[in-house]
This record gives sequence, C-alpha cells and structure tokens, in this order.
Amino acid sequence: MTQRSSTNQAPAPGAEPAGAEPDGAARGLWLPAARMLLVMTALTGVVYPLLVTGAAQVAFPDEASGSLIHRDGQVVGSRLIGQAFASPGLFWSRPSATGPAPYNAAASTGSNLGPSNPALVEAFGARAAALGAGAAGAPRVPVDLVTASGSGLDPHISPAAALWQVPRVAKVRALDEARLRALVAAHVEGRTFGVLGEPRVNVLLLNLALESLP
Amino acid sequence: MTGNSLFQVALFLALLLLLAVPLGGYMARVYTGTAHGAQRLGGWLERGCYRLCGVRADEEMSWRRYAAAVLVFNLLGALVVYALQRLQGVLPGNPAQLGAVTPEVSFNTAISFASNTNWQAYGGETTMAHLTQMLGLGVQNFVSAATGMAVLVALVRGLTRSGARALGSFWVDLTRSAVYVLLPLSLLLALALVSQGVVQTFAASAVAHSVEGGGGGGVEQVLALGPAASQVAIKQLGTNGGGFFNANAAHPFENPTPLTNLLQLLAILLIPAALCVTFGALVKDRRQGFAVLAAMMVVFIPLTLVTVGAEQAGTPALAALGVDQAPSDLSAGGNMEGKEVRFGIANSALWATSTTAASNGSVNAMHDSFTPLGGMVPLWLMQLGEIIFGGVGSGLYGMLVYAILAVFIAGLMVGRTPEYLGKKIEAFELKMASLVVLLPAACVLCGTALACVLPAGNSPLGNPGTHGFSEILYAFSSGANNNGSAFGGLTVSGPFYATAIGLVMLIGRYWLIIAVLAMAGALASKRHVPASAGTLPTHGPLFVGLLVAVVVLVGALTFVPALALGPVAEHLTANAPSEVLP
Repeated sequence: MTQRSSTNQAPAPGAEPAGAEPDGAARGLWLPAARMLLVMTALTGVVYPLLVTGAAQVAFPDEASGSLIHRDGQVVGSRLIGQAFASPGLFWSRPSATGPAPYNAAASTGSNLGPSNPALVEAFGARAAALGAGAAGAPRVPVDLVTASGSGLDPHISPAAALWQVPRVAKVRALDEARLRALVAAHVEGRTFGVLGEPRVNVLLLNLALESLP
Repeated sequence: MTGNSLFQVALFLALLLLLAVPLGGYMARVYTGTAHGAQRLGGWLERGCYRLCGVRADEEMSWRRYAAAVLVFNLLGALVVYALQRLQGVLPGNPAQLGAVTPEVSFNTAISFASNTNWQAYGGETTMAHLTQMLGLGVQNFVSAATGMAVLVALVRGLTRSGARALGSFWVDLTRSAVYVLLPLSLLLALALVSQGVVQTFAASAVAHSVEGGGGGGVEQVLALGPAASQVAIKQLGTNGGGFFNANAAHPFENPTPLTNLLQLLAILLIPAALCVTFGALVKDRRQGFAVLAAMMVVFIPLTLVTVGAEQAGTPALAALGVDQAPSDLSAGGNMEGKEVRFGIANSALWATSTTAASNGSVNAMHDSFTPLGGMVPLWLMQLGEIIFGGVGSGLYGMLVYAILAVFIAGLMVGRTPEYLGKKIEAFELKMASLVVLLPAACVLCGTALACVLPAGNSPLGNPGTHGFSEILYAFSSGANNNGSAFGGLTVSGPFYATAIGLVMLIGRYWLIIAVLAMAGALASKRHVPASAGTLPTHGPLFVGLLVAVVVLVGALTFVPALALGPVAEHLTANAPSEVLP
C-alpha cells in the first residue's frame, strides 16, 4: 500500500488535490470499467457456475438434478417437493397457495395474506371445516394442516399432523391404527444433529410406503 | 418460546462469531496485500485481472476518482443486466423459452442487482432465462458485493491515512474482494448446498408422474430446475438475496434441509460480521472492531427474540377456530402461514431478522404473513439503515457513519471537538453523515406517502387496511435501504412500483456511496491528533451504549409514526377485546 507524500499544508476537507484530474473525474475510466466488467462476467458468470455444475454433477448427480424418485422406470416425484393428495386413503399435504393448481412446482409461491386479512381468516375456516375440525370429541387440528407454506411446495407435515390423519386413513384402508402409527413413526425425520430445524414427515415418501404395504 | 428455539438462536450466534474472527483477520491481510498463502494460490488470477483490464496494482485514486470508478463500473453493469433481460428471447441459454422482460421490470431489476438490493419484481422460474440469471444477475451478485467491500476499505483508509490525498484503487479492492473472498467461499458453500439437494443443472425442468394426479394439475408435476446452487451461495454471502426461484429460500430446491438453512444463515451474516474484525485489524486496534460488532449484537439479539416470540404466539384467527398452535415435540406450532415445516418458528423468525439486519433480503418464510409484531421487527431493522450487520461493506460503512455521529453527540455534551480514531470530526464530515442518515429515511417516507395517495400505489395491494399500508411501507423501506425482501402480497411489477422502487434503490445506494467516499477523502487529508484526557475512548462499553442509543433513537424518532399506522395499529386491532371493536 503506497501513500502519496503529503503537502506541507493539509488541504481543506473534501478539497481535491490540485491538478489531479484536470477535466472530469471519470475521464479514462470507461475502458478499464468495461474490461473489468467483462473479466468479472467471465469469471463469476461463466467459469464459476460451470465449475460448480461440473463438480456437482460428478459428486452429487442425484441431488444436483432434483432428488428425483423413480418407481418402475418412471419419475414419480422429488424427495424435496410436495404433492397434493386428495384421496381420503392417503395422507394429505399442507394447503398450497400456488396456481393454477396446488403444488405447482413450476411457479412457487406463498399466499402472502396477512394474519388479519378476511380472505385468510375465511380460508382458515374452510380448511378446518374440510378436515372435519370442531366435531365433538375430535382432537384439535395441528396448525400446519390449515396453513399454506411459504413455497407452496412444502414436502413435509409435522408428526402431529401425520398422526392426526391416522384414524381417517386406517378407516378407509381397513388397516390397524397401531400399524399406521408405526409407519408414521418410521417416517419421522428428527431434528438434524438433534438440534436443527423441526421434526417432520415427508408426505410423498409416507404415501409411497403406504401404497406398498402388503 | 421453546428451549430448543433459544438453543438454535444461541448456537447460530456462537458459530457466527467463531467463523467471523478468523475470516475478518484474513480479509484484513487480503486488503493490505499480505495474505501470502492466498496470493500464492490465487495471485496469478489477481494479476491476470489487472493485466486484462489494463490497470496497475499500485494505482492510487482520489476520492472523486474512486467514486467515479464505482459509478461508471456500476452503470455499465446495470446496462448489461437491462440488455440481457430485454434480449433474452433471442439469446441462447433459455431452455424454458421465456420472452423478453418488460422495460419497467428490466429497469427495476438492473438497478436492483447492481445496487446489491435484489428486490425482485418478478418470479425467477417464470421470468428469467438461465443466461440472464448467470451472466446478469449472478455476476452482479459478485460485483455489487465487491463494490460495497471496496467502498468500506476506502473509508477505512480515510481513517488510517494521515495527510493523504488518495484512498487506494477501486479496481484493486474490487478484484481482491472477488478473487480472494467471494469466489472461494461461494465455491465451498455451493458444493455443500448441492450435497444437501440444492439443484445445479442446466436442464430447465423435470417431469414427474405424480402418485395421485396431484401437483400442478393433471397427472404430471413439472419441477422447475436450474443452476440454483451457484447463485444461492453468492446471493447469501454477498448479502444480495435474490432468489433463483420465486419462493426464494423457502423453495425446497434452494433450501432443502435444516442444515442448508443454518449454512445459509451463517453466510448471510458472516462477511458483514467479519468485516468488523477486519476494520479493527486495519486500524490496528482490534477493540474498535469488536466494539462495533458488540453494538450490532446488542440491537440484533433482543429483536430476534421478539420476532420468535411473536410468531410462536400464533394468530387469534386460528385460536378462535380451535386449531392447535401450541409447540410440542410433534409440532412447531405458532403462526405457520407462509412457513415451512422443516424450519418451523425459530428458524423462520431468526432468518427474518438476519436477512433484514443484513441487507440480504432473501426469505425462507413469507414476511407478509407474519404476525403484526413479528413483521414489524424486520421492517424496522431495514429502516435503521441496514447497519446492524448490514450489507457486505455497506453495513459497516453505514455503522461507522453512526459512530461518527455518536462521537459528535458526545462531543456536544462536553463541549469539545469530537474525534474518531484520531481524526477530528468537523462540519464537512457531519454534513456527509447527515446525508447518509437522512436520504434513505426521506426516500422511505416520501415514497410511502406518494404511493398512499396515488391510485397506482393502492391498486396493487395484496391485503386491505393497516396491513396494506404496511406492505407499502415495507416496499419503500426495503428498496431505499437496499434490502430486497418484501411483503410479497404487493404486486410490484407494474410501472409505478417498478419505477418508484427502482429510483429509491438508486438513491439509497449511490448517493450514500458518494457521501461516504467524500467523507473518506476529507478524513484522509487530515492528520491524526494524539488522544488526550478529553478524548472519548471508542472501544469500551460506554461507547457501545452510546452508539446503540444513537442508532435506536434516530430509527425510532424517524419511523415510529409510520409504524404506528401500520403494524402497531394492526396488532392492536387484531388483539382487541371484542367489546372494544364491534
């Protein structure tokens, strides 16, 4: 780091050293700026993403391409992206705000409705009613089952939300509830390292396992 | 607030400090050209950049020259981003065959990415071609961050040099920031993210035949893909925040697991926190850097806890329906609208405060759906001027301006000419400091007022009433302070918001940079005065308290009236007993 030698008298604050730039401080800067932008574009816009893509496809080909799930030679979904399920014999995902249909993985979005918005309050009521909440003796609905996620693609529900659905699924499939609860328990992903994030159940993986129950 | 929530917050802060100290020391060596190990590895790249650009490594620029270089370089960058968006329909690298972006959104996006704001008036996967994302947005993620770091280093030189006319070379500071700091860290982070499932491919999409015909209508679910990991890594490290996908870090392909969430959270605050340590090392008094860092923490920690508490409390509407919002071992509970199950309450709230404390602006939960008080904290953190950590470089140069204000106010109390780090603070510095504090605030308040009275400002609202006002206030706070997060219900792709937010982003970034560099030039020309018995030490708890008080007072006095009309009124209305409000 070199420093210019100082003059005998310190210049006034903000004053320009005499004769440094005779006309226009930007003179002679356009060419280096354009070249710098070009170099940085090559480095950070071409080399960097290509390097990451190459390394990613070699080291983690499955994860880099969307963590797809294959069944019988067909892609049935991604481990990371939720799907909508409507059949009462399957576990249901959370509500989704994507359009035109829920869980549209080509156009992620949340509802962006404020907590006091009448439209949201109405939606809460409709979702709770659709789940049969409020019936006498019914357990309270876990909050994630009546709220839409931020991405509209949340692959998870809380373990509470999965267990809450067990009686319905068991009844439709004529299965033992205890057996289903065990299936849910086997699909609970705990906090990472016991600390990070929240416990959760991947709905698609749970339903795939449910479908292949003997 | 659960025990685990507190523990996750504490763990995050501990890891942040643990990483920031060595990185800060390393960056100090980078900017003084004494990072010998890194120079052995990357020196050829650094020298190659200088040679290709025709600049000298030992060039020295006056503050005017430095500022001109910043402005010219950023202007060219913005023009390229604009052109790429307008022409993407006829350019290659567009597998989804997206058309040209509208002129107003292109203008907005060009300013947004050049100014390190990354306000997004568009949905990534439905608007931007891969080529635009890589050559335009991805490049600006790097160079806008490097610009902020360079300006900070110039300001620090102003403080350390004595009777000097020059502040160093913008080209050198820019290149070193990119080559030795941003690129290596981004490479590491990008690969770590891919290993967890963040996508990195040049395919536009994959098609799944979903299990039950759900997902996007019909039996097929189209999964948008792309080179996301490389962009996500730099968007967090460079406090940019612009998502590859519309849902940003809430999207499972951008942020699939609690581990990627922690890594990205750390990346958001890492460089801004580390630069405090760098500052201490460069002024040859590490305590000065830690004092500034401590002041940031003192503001950050309580505000984070307020947000976690407000979101965990849930919403009255759901409580009235008998929905279970209580936290337990089986459910995070709380206000889960707009939040992902894997992140729950603690990580969504921690992210919201981190991303707005830093001028990052990426979101892993939708701030528009936060409780009124939970949403007010991110709003106010932006309004403080993005100085609690703040953007890379820009956060610390903003905070140093507040430090100068703090010593000035202390000087007024004892009737003595204020000094900071041995430099006398005089009228010119204070004028520049006032500009830095007042310009963004004026942009926020005037912009909000204008939008409130214009039909074009009201019609795009996504929510009625006080919450709608909060959406407008949030939009201008985010733009003028170069944050980039949004209350997303507001439709901002129309001509009014695209243009208005574009302009406040422009003012909030570049007028501040000019004022800061002018101040740096004035400081550099002064000689150091030895500390005397009357000098206020700027490394102790007294100064930290004073600094926090100035920041909080200025932020509160400027914005409390506006906040009272928005989130405060909404909170009181939503929680009022029914006999008060019919």
